[in-house]
Amino acid sequence: MRLPDQLKETPSQTAGPYVHIGCFPRMCGIEVYEHEIGADMVSDATRGERIEIRGTVYDGTGAPLRDALIEIWQADAEGRHPGRGDPRGLADPAFTGFGRSAGDPDTGEFVFQTIKPGRVPFKDGKPMAPHITFWIAARGINIGLHTRMYFPDEEAANAEDPVLGRIELKSRIPTLIARPEAPGVYRFDIRLQGEGETVFFDI
Amino acid sequence: MRNSPGGLPGAFFARDRDQHPPAYAPGYKTSVTRSPTKPLIALDNTLSEMTGPVFGHDRLGPLDDDLILNFAKPGELPVGPRIVVHGRVLDENARPVPGALVEVWQANAGGRYRHRKESYLAPLDPNFGGCGRCITDEEGWYRFRTIQPGAYPWPNGPNDWRPAHIHFSVFGHGFAQRLITQMYFEGDPMIWKCPIVRTIADPAAVERLIAPLDWANTIPMDARAYRFDIVLRGRRSTLFENRLEGN
Repeated sequence: MRLPDQLKETPSQTAGPYVHIGCFPRMCGIEVYEHEIGADMVSDATRGERIEIRGTVYDGTGAPLRDALIEIWQADAEGRHPGRGDPRGLADPAFTGFGRSAGDPDTGEFVFQTIKPGRVPFKDGKPMAPHITFWIAARGINIGLHTRMYFPDEEAANAEDPVLGRIELKSRIPTLIARPEAPGVYRFDIRLQGEGETVFFDI
Repeated sequence: MRNSPGGLPGAFFARDRDQHPPAYAPGYKTSVTRSPTKPLIALDNTLSEMTGPVFGHDRLGPLDDDLILNFAKPGELPVGPRIVVHGRVLDENARPVPGALVEVWQANAGGRYRHRKESYLAPLDPNFGGCGRCITDEEGWYRFRTIQPGAYPWPNGPNDWRPAHIHFSVFGHGFAQRLITQMYFEGDPMIWKCPIVRTIADPAAVERLIAPLDWANTIPMDARAYRFDIVLRGRRSTLFENRLEGN
């Protein structure tokens, strides 16, 4: 029950075309921050299988977004989340779980160097298939879009994943499954609108 | 139910999408081709959404929250009205959100952004970069020092201007709380003309993006203060360890 004295969430607004000033100042020649957050997800000490994720965000005309902010959040190789809120104990201290990319300013292609996540329990304790949470903000996007990337080489786990199972229109499930591009390299393109529109979640 | 003191943090309250702009808001033209046409699929929070990254103070530099100094040449200062922007990050239960990363970016006093795709004829300020960040304290407070940004024109309608605004990006404790928004300034007549502001249907929701002048915290002979509180999604508590989703 929501009590009357509760506050309302601050409304979202678009990140606008100049999100890079705040989130990737170096791209704008603004040398203010020593560390840009989300730049290095893994180090030599990180446990797990190294993977690369490449992709592009497309608008309803099929044009790539060259001004998007793409963030990812994921569990470590054992399926535990770094940061806050995982009640099951400590995740790999050499893994941040959080990545941020602006995409290439000319092509819009984003790249993440990370590790393949382990399986995280669903609410009933059964494991979800390995997945990575994506969050997209950009000019023209009024409220950030959440989606998930799943792995093409996890067919059995994907088939029993409770979140994929909630998608009634089965023909839309492939929009959440990355394509293998090379050993250890996955392509995950995101289509905001129209044919092949990516599934987005209200989480 | 409100959080119980002993419970583990649980799932976040569902987002009230009537308080947010819709994806498709044709008055803001770019949203027309960047809005999904199919409904969002509702997903009760799992651990993937209830958890979130932690950003330590060790990642921040001493001037990261001071836009007046963090890009200025030694001995020089940016041009424009000096202001302090501060407030609290709270959740919908009115509890402070400590350790939240708050990032800001903005134009200079003339409405010009330091960005290669920006071509407005107002000049850059050689002593102003336009980005800042800080982490909220134990009571959820954040604080920046900056220059009040100017309004700027943009190619939407034939004569559209953005009100003076500061972009905010906020991380709470769970990735489901992730929020980007914009802060506007009390009394600015441009606010209600702006197609981006008007993507929000409820005027009361717009009012929550307008920072009042904070006279009490204005520093005499130095800087005016504006107060902007940010509310992130609240969350239930998990009373039983075998129910990760909360009560």
